[in-house]
Amino acid sequence: MTNRLSWFIIFWLVAVFAFLYAPIISVIVYSFNSSKLVTVWAGWSLKWYGELAKDRQIIDAAVLSLEIAAISATLATILGTIAGYVLVRFPKFLGRTAFSGMVSAPLVMPEVITGLSMLLLFISMEQAIGWPQGRGLTTVIIAHTTFTLSYVAVVMRSRFLVLDLSLEEAAQDLGARPLKVFFVITLPIVAPAIVSGWLLGFTISLDDLVITSFTNGPGTSTLPMVVFSKVRLGLDPKINALATIIIAIVSIGVIIAIAHMRRVERQRQRDEQMAIRAIAAKA
Amino acid sequence: MAATDIARPSRLPASGWIGILLHRLGISGRSLVIAIPFLWLLLYFFLPFLIVLKVSLAFITIAQPPYTHFDSAGNFVLNIGDSYGRLVSDALYIKAYLNSLMVAAISTVLCLLIGYPFAYGIARSGPSMRNILLMLVILPFWTSFLIRVYAWIGLLKNNGLINDFLLWTGIIDSPIGMMNTNFAVYLGIVYSYLPFMILPLYANLEKMDVSLLEAATDLGCKPLKAFFLITVPLSVPGIVAGSMLVFIPAVGEYVIPELLGGPSSLMIGRVLWGEFFSNRDWPTASAVAIAVLLALVVPLMLYQKYQDKELEKEA
Repeated sequence: MTNRLSWFIIFWLVAVFAFLYAPIISVIVYSFNSSKLVTVWAGWSLKWYGELAKDRQIIDAAVLSLEIAAISATLATILGTIAGYVLVRFPKFLGRTAFSGMVSAPLVMPEVITGLSMLLLFISMEQAIGWPQGRGLTTVIIAHTTFTLSYVAVVMRSRFLVLDLSLEEAAQDLGARPLKVFFVITLPIVAPAIVSGWLLGFTISLDDLVITSFTNGPGTSTLPMVVFSKVRLGLDPKINALATIIIAIVSIGVIIAIAHMRRVERQRQRDEQMAIRAIAAKA
Repeated sequence: MAATDIARPSRLPASGWIGILLHRLGISGRSLVIAIPFLWLLLYFFLPFLIVLKVSLAFITIAQPPYTHFDSAGNFVLNIGDSYGRLVSDALYIKAYLNSLMVAAISTVLCLLIGYPFAYGIARSGPSMRNILLMLVILPFWTSFLIRVYAWIGLLKNNGLINDFLLWTGIIDSPIGMMNTNFAVYLGIVYSYLPFMILPLYANLEKMDVSLLEAATDLGCKPLKAFFLITVPLSVPGIVAGSMLVFIPAVGEYVIPELLGGPSSLMIGRVLWGEFFSNRDWPTASAVAIAVLLALVVPLMLYQKYQDKELEKEA
């Protein structure tokens, strides 16, 4: 590449990163602003964090959202891992194309459509079989599980695609049954991917507004719903404080997760190498 | 022997009483494994669309739920006229529909123009630098989408940061009205969906064989020409995948036009939301959903095809 193009690319990288981070940084900086007017600077202060800590509505909603996200992410991880495994290991079965489409479509489907369709399903089910009774925690969790399982499935599918089959074959040669091979060999190897799939599902569930608005009932206002109703009325310094806390937690979490996954991955590679060498030496 | 067994592990007899029971019933472990996620998705993802179709053919009524399939005489009727009739006769729906497709298409092109040189830059940087840059792209994606859209309000307002800065430098004398405009909607969509464009483009460009470019340069091809003749055509799968990841969800976007747009930023997601929550006209809301789905059938198929292709290449 010529120098001219390289300079252009470097400039572009800097400009786009500035674009991506400028709004986030402005929210963080203004969360420490003592003025009630969000965009007028009046000196550093932690007062909005104090106000936030006193806001029962936001705290209750946050606890509810964390609860929904934890349950949905766990269910989605179980289903998504199986779905990813099926897509990689079972290349032929009746309805595979339909299955693969249903796994990946929720990733891009406009949320208003997913939300509306799930609500109409719950209402029809209630009319037909009497379950689920009304809308609330159950329906929100089912909806969240359904669309987050796709994210988990994509992560797990890529992981299973590059998985070395020799260890599973070895275990099977030694007489382990398929189910045992899966739980004792396959699952521990892909564990880091499962953790990142769970985290992805957790954050996506935590953040959802549209699908939750359709599928929830009275008394289940999640954090994004409370934030949305406040933001609609204009800027609110407490929301800046809340945003800063979320950004801080997510950033720390992502950094720790990436560092940990790298360490586990390196350790696993070393273990595998040693096992292969040990087997080769015996033979 | 091992290789054939791993390909069809279920042929080994299952163990334990569950295994014996399943074996008696003629259900293999394999079909059970497939059935769990398959049935979940059939019930909670596919079946709902059929119900949306059904409700779009209903009458509105004052009841809970506010629709019925029976006309005033008590006969079961598939009522196409009310909901779909409204869609085609009222200019509002057609305008919102076409406007959404246009906003999504222009935003997709903007994401591509901004994202391509960016993804290219990351793919061509050193291996350790590459991982850091990639993480910096993914990080905002993990933080709340709602909060990232909210952040723009503080920047775009009349007394927001951008106007304050421009006034301070003396470039402008009075604030530019950016909030509640179509400009703000485009900005919000491009900003929120840019990572979805960058990541598939990066995945594609990173795998590209650089020796092809070297060969072209050796044969006297100018770098810029080589870029357009070799790099761009080879990255078409990445371009299509990224574009679909932006276009499809952007068509139905609700939050961004609602928070950043004005009354004139009419998008179909907002119309659907209004019909459902404000007007309680569920049949029309369902008909809108079906109309949007029809426009998305081809993009969805493209997305599916290229996603499979890219994954197969990875293996």
